[in-house]
Amino acid sequence: MALNYSKKTINHFLNPKNIGEMKNPDGYSQIGNMLCGDQLNFFLKVRNGKIKDVKFLSFGCASNIATASLLTEKVKGMTIAEAKKYKWETVVAELGGLPSQKIHCSVMAVEGFRKAIADYEKKQKHSR
Amino acid sequence: MKVYLDNGATTRLDPRVLAKMRPYLTEKYGNASAINYLGQAAYLDLMEAKKRVAKLLGGEPAGVIFTSGATEANNLIIKGVALANQAKRKKIIISNIEHPCVRESANELARAGFQVEFVPANSEGLVTPEALRKIIDKETILVSVMAVNNEIGTINDIAALAKIAHQYGAYFHTDAAQAIPYLKIDIKKMGIDLLSLSGHKFYGPKGVGVAYIKKGIKVKPLMVGGGQENNLRSGTYNLPGIMGLTFALELAYKERAAYLKRVKALRDYFWQRINQEISGLKINGSMTKRIPANLNVQFTSIEGEAILMDLSHKGICVSTGSACSAANLQASHVLTAIGLSKNLLNSNIRFSFGRFNTKAEINYTIKALKETVKRLRSFSPIK
Repeated sequence: MALNYSKKTINHFLNPKNIGEMKNPDGYSQIGNMLCGDQLNFFLKVRNGKIKDVKFLSFGCASNIATASLLTEKVKGMTIAEAKKYKWETVVAELGGLPSQKIHCSVMAVEGFRKAIADYEKKQKHSR
Repeated sequence: MKVYLDNGATTRLDPRVLAKMRPYLTEKYGNASAINYLGQAAYLDLMEAKKRVAKLLGGEPAGVIFTSGATEANNLIIKGVALANQAKRKKIIISNIEHPCVRESANELARAGFQVEFVPANSEGLVTPEALRKIIDKETILVSVMAVNNEIGTINDIAALAKIAHQYGAYFHTDAAQAIPYLKIDIKKMGIDLLSLSGHKFYGPKGVGVAYIKKGIKVKPLMVGGGQENNLRSGTYNLPGIMGLTFALELAYKERAAYLKRVKALRDYFWQRINQEISGLKINGSMTKRIPANLNVQFTSIEGEAILMDLSHKGICVSTGSACSAANLQASHVLTAIGLSKNLLNSNIRFSFGRFNTKAEINYTIKALKETVKRLRSFSPIK
């Protein structure tokens, strides 16, 4: 099977940004699981309606790690409204394309990130 | 450093084999079906090659059919035997750990109305005679069980399985693509009726293989045309490939003892060190009934394709059965068949050792692997 990752994807895989755990996050999510073969956990810090910090953990392939790395890099500093609109298509484009069977990694990263925002918003409602 | 530990996928052509092939591309390029002097010289070499291959495998020269590889040989045998004998019987048995070319050939037959049954491998990755006995009957025309599994390197008791097939009047086929030179194949003694080989798995060229077909077994050809190979496989004889495969097979058996000792020493050293220096490892499949060139290892809490890519970046070639590495996004059918729990199916790496590996390469791989596993585990959510 041909699996030609772009240079940028490989770089994000080898040197992922924003990787690691975060203590007391404002928003948290887990998407996927080991049964599917990939999993991402997202952690958010929000200040004044903006993504102040975002981190992730990964059990997954090179593109699972790379897509989450690129996503977190891009959404940092965005308002919640902007971050919610960030699309998987943009992740793919920013990485210079993904092999077709790896597109789902970008979808999962975006969904997981949005889930963390949803968790943050839910907590906000409860604390009000 | 560059380290090739994917010898189960393919091997590097031995330079001595290349030297034997070269004249058939340059001076001795005649068509073995032609009756001019160049063609006749090629024909004589072809007949000689069949003799040499038959001698090494314990079979008859007339049974040796050269194909484009094991995929073609398996397709020819599975489909050809079933189709040519369907008036008699219509049941085929294959194991559930066969290579996709055997499985898909059988699936094609199932779609055409044949009855296809799968004999399961046990948790060690072995197809036992007892398991075969449970599903074989007098409707069975063909039993196909691989000699050595390509992913986990486990060795099946071919002679015992063939014996059962014969008790029920069925033919016995084995895909021996991964068995050279690890097993001493003896077609007659082992009771093998049909066998498949591929040149590039034992330091020979790609694009050439053998379908061994015992005399008297009816087979419908896949390729029709000029009637080469006794009408079983039309197409101009691939002399460079055939001569290369033949010589590679001879070398493999001539140097067998030293080769086995060498790859076993490298593999055992590698496993002993990584098992000591990296936590949470486990071997998939039997370690005793396994070829010495194969190691298939579980790495808990990290994903196989990521391990492979990280090692690949460091110059090391390995392979994985992880779903993320497959075109169909399905995890390895072999690891599934031997009962790995679903959450372990995507965390496995196959290291396959070979003739050209050195101890220095293994030491480099151990060091690189330790770093890779440490890095990937450092950010895994699975604890």
